Amino acid sequence: MAEKTVVMGPGKLARAPRWSLAGFLSRSSVPLFFAALCVVGMIAARLDVNFLARELIIRLGRNSFLVLSLLIPVTAGLGLNFGIVIGAMAGQAALVIITHYKMTGLPGFLLAAVIAAPLGILFGWLTGMVLNRAKGREMVTSLILGFFANGLYQLVFLVLVGTLIPMRNPVMMLPSGIGLRNTVDLIEVSYALDRALDRVWNGMISFQVGGFQVGPWRVPVMTLLVVAALCVALSFLARTRLGQQMRAVGQDMHIAEVAGINVNRVRIVAIIISTVLAAWGQLIFLQNIGTLNTYNSHEQVGMFSIAALLVGGATTRRATIWNALVGVLLFHTLFVVSPLAGQAIVGIPQVGEYFRVFVAYGVIAVALALHAWQSKIKK
Amino acid sequence: MKRNRKADKPSGSLASALKGKLIGIYEGLGLPRLIISCFLLFLFVLAFIMKMDITILISDSLVRVGMNGLLVLSLLPTLVCGVGLNFGLPVGIVCGLVGGVISMSLDLTGFAGFFAAVGLSIPMALVAGYVYALLLDRVRGQEMMVSTYMGFSTVAAMCVFWLMVPIRHPAMIFAIGGQGLRYTLTLSNNFAKVLNNFLAFRVFGLTIPTGLLLFFAFFCFLAYLFFRSKVGIAMLAAGANPLYAASSGIKVRTMRATGVVMSTVLAAIGILVYAQSYGFLQLYTAPLYSAFPAVASILIGGATLRKATIGHVIIGSILFHTLLTIALPVTQTVLAGADISEIARMIISNGMILYALTRAGRR
Repeated sequence: MAEKTVVMGPGKLARAPRWSLAGFLSRSSVPLFFAALCVVGMIAARLDVNFLARELIIRLGRNSFLVLSLLIPVTAGLGLNFGIVIGAMAGQAALVIITHYKMTGLPGFLLAAVIAAPLGILFGWLTGMVLNRAKGREMVTSLILGFFANGLYQLVFLVLVGTLIPMRNPVMMLPSGIGLRNTVDLIEVSYALDRALDRVWNGMISFQVGGFQVGPWRVPVMTLLVVAALCVALSFLARTRLGQQMRAVGQDMHIAEVAGINVNRVRIVAIIISTVLAAWGQLIFLQNIGTLNTYNSHEQVGMFSIAALLVGGATTRRATIWNALVGVLLFHTLFVVSPLAGQAIVGIPQVGEYFRVFVAYGVIAVALALHAWQSKIKK
Repeated sequence: MKRNRKADKPSGSLASALKGKLIGIYEGLGLPRLIISCFLLFLFVLAFIMKMDITILISDSLVRVGMNGLLVLSLLPTLVCGVGLNFGLPVGIVCGLVGGVISMSLDLTGFAGFFAAVGLSIPMALVAGYVYALLLDRVRGQEMMVSTYMGFSTVAAMCVFWLMVPIRHPAMIFAIGGQGLRYTLTLSNNFAKVLNNFLAFRVFGLTIPTGLLLFFAFFCFLAYLFFRSKVGIAMLAAGANPLYAASSGIKVRTMRATGVVMSTVLAAIGILVYAQSYGFLQLYTAPLYSAFPAVASILIGGATLRKATIGHVIIGSILFHTLLTIALPVTQTVLAGADISEIARMIISNGMILYALTRAGRR
């Protein structure tokens, strides 16, 4: 957090030099704090590091894409896009379609990605239009828009499917023939991407170092490659004309407008990209989970992704690929550790479970508060 | 409003004058309120056609309006003082819940239990509201987003509190484990429905929850008096035009803080009114989204991010909560089981908030 020093001493705008140790510490104070918390939790729970590593590898593959989908709106000055839940809904709609038509394996997964893209573009465009009418309140608007879209999503999948939308599928639908079941089994596309490269290498890591067992871990090879490709694509995008325009808009909308950039268009494009990426991210997430909770899977996506990004040290105005990846690792370490630590420290596992929910909300609250505070001091 | 005035000018034909009047009515009502009023009317007509018992629907609606009214009213001070929509209502709500829990653990019953709960929660709400106000003052311009997540994280932190709180009352803690309050606490032995049943009477088959409605009316009256007082007018001025207010010697920050504290206290009392009517104290994650229906109500009543009155609170509570109350039985009768009331609630309440958020920017 680069502006940490500003927060500490209001009025004094002294900043640590960029590459000094103190500078690094102050910029990384948030991830370092959470790393410390994780370590304390791990020690308290006497956690098996091998187990933790296995969980983290799975979760890194599962969640990184979604968290990375948040980066572009931050660059374009829209803040944290809580509207990625709308992208997640697009992904889920695509999954419902391919499951209904019994598309299987990697081809089915890719078809879902193809179907999700135009849906994501449409939803992103609509989201962008709404957010352009609420400048300065984008985050709260995108949050409410997510809730609103959730209502529409339920209307479509709980009421309209089987009535207005003709669909017959006793496996996926409720016995009344109207609406989808609470869970849709995605067995046909489960691990479609994670294990796409099984013929080359199935990702198993298991060996012994000096009598100490490492693994067995199963690396989702293809998923991690896709995430890496997205990272490359994102850093490439930052160097293009569009990327520069986004940065300009993100720094100051009015100056960008004067400089001849179509601000509203750039903002809409940023949201569209984010929404489509979120749709794909949700596909990746669900092919790993293997079941679709029709009415719940998307709900927590926004909050957990945003909390992960913030734990990684991002702010509402500045977020990098590293923030995203480090954030996923730290946040999910905490996720794995806290129930165990809760059990070990106070003897009640729920304490840890509620604690991690508190961390997710609290991190977002603190990050938003710090950001608003800083921008007020700057004025 | 501007167009309304233009229409009042003598502008020729009667038709255009009439059109102007209609536009004036439309602008006064606003599109969302018009849609919701029509929808409500449509539901009542449906209920009538389906030969449902309208008196029960109305009685239920009265109860729902009364039990939610105070929560809606608690949003008024922050809108008036310029802080905006207080999505952080759970900060006050958990104070109310703590008050209720303590009152229960002391085995207080009836009005004593209810007023003990209120009395215990007010000091907590004052402290919490003050701290919360200090925070909101530092994040001016982003209050809504910060308050939303302050509310969420307060609720999450309180989840840990409910688990760890050293109350050993056997009727309140989990049956196994010997620790941790239950998810919902039944108030039937304590102060369930004390307000609802106070002076309640039946007329034409309608049950009027007199005490509940009086309690709400009493607080509306207090708010009315407050906004006629010197402090209240100063608060109105601070919200309407902070710079002008500051230049005329009003302490804008103090006014904003007062508004936030008032809102928090009202929310604490509001949840207790809600709980006594509902018959249960809902702990843990139950209050998480409690601010949103209240926010939707006041907006449906006609409030904007800049302007809100007690009239908006009352109209909004009546419209929104009547709608919610009758939507469930009516749609269930008409659609033979399919429950779209929850979906309708989500779409209407969040759509309303979106409408307010996207309109305020255009002046």
